[in-house]
Amino acid sequence: MTVESPPVPARLPSGRTSPVPHRDFVEKVAGTLPYADDWGFPGMLHGVVVRARVPCARIAGIDVNAAKAVPGVRAVLTAADIPHNAISEEASGLGIDQIIQPVLAADQIRYDGEPVAAIAAETPGAALDAAALVEVDYDDADGVFDLDAALAEGAPSVHPGGNSYITWRSAIGDVDAAMARADHVIEETYQTPRVDHAYLEPESGVGWVDSDGVVTLRVSTQVIEHARQLADILQLPHSRVRVIAAYMGGGFGGKEDMTVEPYLAALVWKTRRPVRMVWERQDSLLARQKRHPFRMHYRTGVKDNGTIVAQDIKILGDAGAYPLLSSRVLFAGGVNSTGPYRCADARMESTAVFTNTVPTSAFRGFGAMQVVFGYESQMDLIAQRLGLTPVQVRERNFVNRGDIRVTGEPIDTEPGTRECMHRALEEMGELSEPTASGRVGRGFACSMQPYGRSMFFADRASAWIGLEQDGTMVIRAGVTDLGAGQAASLANIAGEILGVTVDRTSVHIGDSALTPLTGGTFATRQLYMSGNATVTVARGLRDKLAPVAADLLGCDESELEWANNLVGVAGDRARAVTMAQLSRTAEARDVMPYCHDTFHAETGEFDAETGRGRTYPDYTHGCHAVDVEVDEQTGQVRILKYVACHDVGRAIDMQRVEGQIQGAAAQGIGYAMSEEVEINDGIMSSTLFANYLIPTSLDLPDLQAIALELHLGKGPFGARGIGEPPIGPCAPALASAIQDAIGVRMRRLPMTPERILSAIHERDASPR
Amino acid sequence: MTVTTQHTVSVTINGRPTDLAVSPNLSLLELLRTEAGAPEVKLGCGEGVCGTCTVLLDGEPVNACLVFAVQVDGCEITTVRGLAADGELHLLQQAFLDHAGSQCGFCTPGMILTAKWYLDRHPQADREELRRALAGNLCRCTGYTKILDAVEAYRDR
Repeated sequence: MTVESPPVPARLPSGRTSPVPHRDFVEKVAGTLPYADDWGFPGMLHGVVVRARVPCARIAGIDVNAAKAVPGVRAVLTAADIPHNAISEEASGLGIDQIIQPVLAADQIRYDGEPVAAIAAETPGAALDAAALVEVDYDDADGVFDLDAALAEGAPSVHPGGNSYITWRSAIGDVDAAMARADHVIEETYQTPRVDHAYLEPESGVGWVDSDGVVTLRVSTQVIEHARQLADILQLPHSRVRVIAAYMGGGFGGKEDMTVEPYLAALVWKTRRPVRMVWERQDSLLARQKRHPFRMHYRTGVKDNGTIVAQDIKILGDAGAYPLLSSRVLFAGGVNSTGPYRCADARMESTAVFTNTVPTSAFRGFGAMQVVFGYESQMDLIAQRLGLTPVQVRERNFVNRGDIRVTGEPIDTEPGTRECMHRALEEMGELSEPTASGRVGRGFACSMQPYGRSMFFADRASAWIGLEQDGTMVIRAGVTDLGAGQAASLANIAGEILGVTVDRTSVHIGDSALTPLTGGTFATRQLYMSGNATVTVARGLRDKLAPVAADLLGCDESELEWANNLVGVAGDRARAVTMAQLSRTAEARDVMPYCHDTFHAETGEFDAETGRGRTYPDYTHGCHAVDVEVDEQTGQVRILKYVACHDVGRAIDMQRVEGQIQGAAAQGIGYAMSEEVEINDGIMSSTLFANYLIPTSLDLPDLQAIALELHLGKGPFGARGIGEPPIGPCAPALASAIQDAIGVRMRRLPMTPERILSAIHERDASPR
Repeated sequence: MTVTTQHTVSVTINGRPTDLAVSPNLSLLELLRTEAGAPEVKLGCGEGVCGTCTVLLDGEPVNACLVFAVQVDGCEITTVRGLAADGELHLLQQAFLDHAGSQCGFCTPGMILTAKWYLDRHPQADREELRRALAGNLCRCTGYTKILDAVEAYRDR
């Protein structure tokens, strides 16, 4: 079944920036916004998680007596105290995921940092003292700490059934025959790093049993729907657990899986007392899930003129010790691995592999960003091999609307990749001048990344909208706000339809008990989903009120104009009523001024056996271009100029769209140049902000964002999602610029000075 | 270990003098967040790297997570809430709002204080000097560009 997106209205808001800032941004600059850890109860307990510091062991025994004896300790929980000790989510959407992750490890430790106990005490100090006294008796076992070890013959299995967890395969055409006919075959392997989200707000929250007996958590989370999982863990009815999402201090996918929630819920339920829990940064770096490192093998067959005739792509992704969302991440990586390029004969295979390392899961870009480094590096290599320019090779292969992807499905909106590439390069102008004695080079990379969930999830989002008697507007939607303006955009969207301004609109978000569920904020889906849900209810309310307004004004419904908190007759300024008058009149006539409805995304079937079917509703296209200066003595790279251009369809709030592009580019630059989670023999060593290096203001130039409004997408008013897509092109664009500067091609990220220097040494050692 | 000996510190927070009983291992950050009702001072890393917990201590920026509460006896502390007078945003806060220098907002209190401190001393600072001045305050959302736009707009007010 396919449900159409709402039709695009005749009048398109284009690049609007709301003149009145939404309240949350005012509170943020004032310092008054209550984040998850800024709010609590007098007399609440303080919770901590006790973590194993071995990567692979059998638990021979746990002794918590000394911990329980610490004055002020109110609960020490181990696996046996968790009613249903399982964090389970069927992440594939196709019934494939089977492996269960315990809330607290019961008999086996599978990664460094795995939780073994949870403690609540009257003071943070008592909780930490008790944590140090939890005695766990470990029988060390052999683990597997990287892809090669995990896949070696006879390797120890992280879980029963082998370390190859899930494999996706798709193919179209006859790849072997096409490859045999190719004039050239470009074959290369690329590696991307395990990285941390490093949002500045640690995982945190407060839980309590509310007066109605409902276990209630107010936490920093992207997904309030975890309330159901929490109820299952506590063996309570779903109606007895409530999750409230505070405005987040960043998420980036790292708060999509549960963080503090199960531990907080278990401690609250056990003690029947309010409990606060904040993970230290070092715990977060140690043990919260990361981005999947990918190893990607590309074989690309091309004709002499640069046309791609065959693609054969194999991807391995390190899932760490538990599945979390790995099945979906590797799916996204696989089906997006050919990028914005046509290929009638293509094959992909994408496998998630278990290792005894910290689990990997969602992170901005979600598999579809890792592969950009693969396919764009291939495009540059093709250009180099054939003596064409990188622009020429891409021009020859860009997808068009209607072209068939590796899954056999057509691209059904117009791709703007070509325009973005030309616009970004035009904006770059002349090559930058060096600032010192380094060598300057320019590179660019394109990308096509999805927004919205995989179509076989039959995604939906609900919203409620209503007018108060004074004409102010209330929106309720379960969306969580990462800081990207998710709540603000709903006020803008509804205001566009009903004419109520942002300062007269209250948006209530993120409460599993009180707001209609929209699904979590991930997969660049909220503008598409809750945005369209808001369009649906705002139109629903307008349609409901229009007859009342027309009657009050003595005009036809088609003449009504909704703007500036008034409903008037178009073209006749003197004839208008306030929203307050309209609301009160409607209510007096028993036309209730509210509307609740559900938006359904486009759906489609996918057959995991054949790898054929529908994957994502739509894509956002873009191109980043960059000038770098490379110091050949030190391997240091300085970014001189950076332009990031995306086709956003329509911008709901141009300033916020630019902010998303700039922020994603900064995170992508960190991923490309400096960030890497270090694990040595299974032991995590990058557990400080002092050795996990995210970009500072000095590491980045001004990031110039260009949001083009070219081809309509499937979001409200034709908007395309922009939260994740701008993180993809950074790494290959930088690799391309480095190659242009010094003639070496980096195939492994991050491109640290050490790695660049060793590549320079290799270049200088090889015969010319 | 939990330490129970209490010390009294007299401190002026955003112009309001107050006496607080603190244990010797309490950080200034914890003092502000839990004892002094100043949750606008945020914990980011607790190791003095991210600058999220920046406050002005006798006018100079410090990482509150690296200062012991007992060290601030007799000192004046300014948090971001100390900039706004009578509920009106300070012009620098307004500039952050106008230029979208804040996304998730978690780094914003520390970022604004560092920028304010630097511009007070270097009112003519150019963009590159500002970029250097803010290098000790990490932001994961904005890429810093709009933060610098905001700070420059305030400088040129």
